[in-house]
Amino acid sequence: MMDNQIQNEDIYTLAPHHRFQWEEAQSSYVILFPEGMVKLHGGAGEVIKRLDGKATVGDVVADLKATFPDAENIEKDIIGMYELALSKTWIRKV
Amino acid sequence: MTQASLGESVVQKTIHATQAQNNGVAASATQTQPLWLLAEVTYRCPLHCAFCYNPTDYDKHTQNELTTEQWIQALRDARKLGAIQLGISGGEPLLRDDIEEIVVEAKKLGYYSNLITSGVGLTEKRIQAFKDGGLDHIQLSMHDITEEINNFITNTKTFELKKKVAAMIKGHGYPMVLNVVIHRYNIGHMKEILEMADALGAEYIELANTQYYGWSLVNRSQLMPTKEQVDEAERITNEFREKSGSKMKIFFVVPDYFSDRPKKCMNGWGEVFMIVTANGDVLPCHSARVLPNMQFPNVKDTDLGWSWKDSPAFNKYRGDSWMKEPCRTCSEKENDLGGCRCQSFLLTGDAEAADPVCSKSPHHHLIEQAILDSRNPAIAAQPIVFRNDKNSKKIIAGELNDRVDEFHALP
Ligand code: SF4
Ligand code: SF4
Repeated sequence: MMDNQIQNEDIYTLAPHHRFQWEEAQSSYVILFPEGMVKLHGGAGEVIKRLDGKATVGDVVADLKATFPDAENIEKDIIGMYELALSKTWIRKV
Repeated sequence: MTQASLGESVVQKTIHATQAQNNGVAASATQTQPLWLLAEVTYRCPLHCAFCYNPTDYDKHTQNELTTEQWIQALRDARKLGAIQLGISGGEPLLRDDIEEIVVEAKKLGYYSNLITSGVGLTEKRIQAFKDGGLDHIQLSMHDITEEINNFITNTKTFELKKKVAAMIKGHGYPMVLNVVIHRYNIGHMKEILEMADALGAEYIELANTQYYGWSLVNRSQLMPTKEQVDEAERITNEFREKSGSKMKIFFVVPDYFSDRPKKCMNGWGEVFMIVTANGDVLPCHSARVLPNMQFPNVKDTDLGWSWKDSPAFNKYRGDSWMKEPCRTCSEKENDLGGCRCQSFLLTGDAEAADPVCSKSPHHHLIEQAILDSRNPAIAAQPIVFRNDKNSKKIIAGELNDRVDEFHALP
């Protein structure tokens, strides 16, 4: 469990052999990998989109708050998304 | 953006996930998309696997393969329908010399592309071209780790080559995705298979227990392991998962014959998968051509969009409105959609019957009998019918009828 704690200063990026892209036909972001694919709803896609291997968790939260000023208390959801993505090994810590 | 749209709204849509079903309604009305396109680009193959799921009469389709241009058109059309995962398989796809062109087009169109190969015919030059062209991954079929058994079951000397190919795949930065078909002759070697996969640096390994279609159905009594062997294999796999600390993801695909519920075949008929065969037939599953009174569309003469959305063949078994008892009123029908239409027809003669694997099926005794037959020394001693052109021709000519006449169609 220790490594799965998402810290503000941590940096994440997409796991190797995973691809993230916008899918017009599904109107959503997807993650593609050797044995499958995941369709992400808007919010989840917004988080993954920002994982460029440079932005910290704190940066991503700040950016999303700035982009979506009307969304209240989104920090918890963002961290939840990181946790889920990490547990599914879609992303890895840099 | 609302709160809920951030964290909780992830949809896992792998091939195992469930989806809303269609209930016999055309996909044009329900927006179902063929997320997965499987291009069975050729039925030619240098190997002769006894468990091959290709149709036993494949020899009819080795002379009328689609051209490069036809494949490229099919890729474009499927992409418009929402296809995103592309599997290039066969036969042995590397027997075609235009896979490089197909890969480049797939990349251009935004597919996540996967070459499914036995490795025979893979060279440095070709893998470099695939890499440059944007192929996303390669799935290597490993038949077994002991050379003798490998050569016995695939009937050719290819094991050394597999090791070389595995190193080549790794060397080009591809994820190492291994597929091992499990049967009587290798099920006793699970530990060695897993250790070998780990040593090769495999990221994923699929241990696929033989499903009985095509050649493997003809060889069912010869290939089927015992229930005890399957349980032991699963135990070893679980133990390996826990102990090894290996990063390798292991999928153990349980054999349906030893289960009392059928698999949800292809994740539902016409729900996620679309297969285009070597000669251009468009199918909802690999073996659908065994079904009676079905006219499957062909890319040479019909539009792929119509094939998927509106063709009578694709709509026939969408959802569950086609079901009979015991499935129709079964509380579990959403779990498995009554199993596999092909398996039902091949074994019971009725495509709409419950999959005989199901313990509620009135035909379940057929599965029990098959298990008994596989343990009957007299039956199991019949020779294996290896998958090759000569045997395919014989089967077409009716010369091996004693091996197929218990089935309601040519497997
Ligand atoms: S299962 Fe064996 S014989 Fe059949 S296509 Fe694959 S490699 Fe060839
Ligand atoms: S009766 Fe039909 S629907 Fe019910 S579990 Fe068996 S196969 Fe599935």
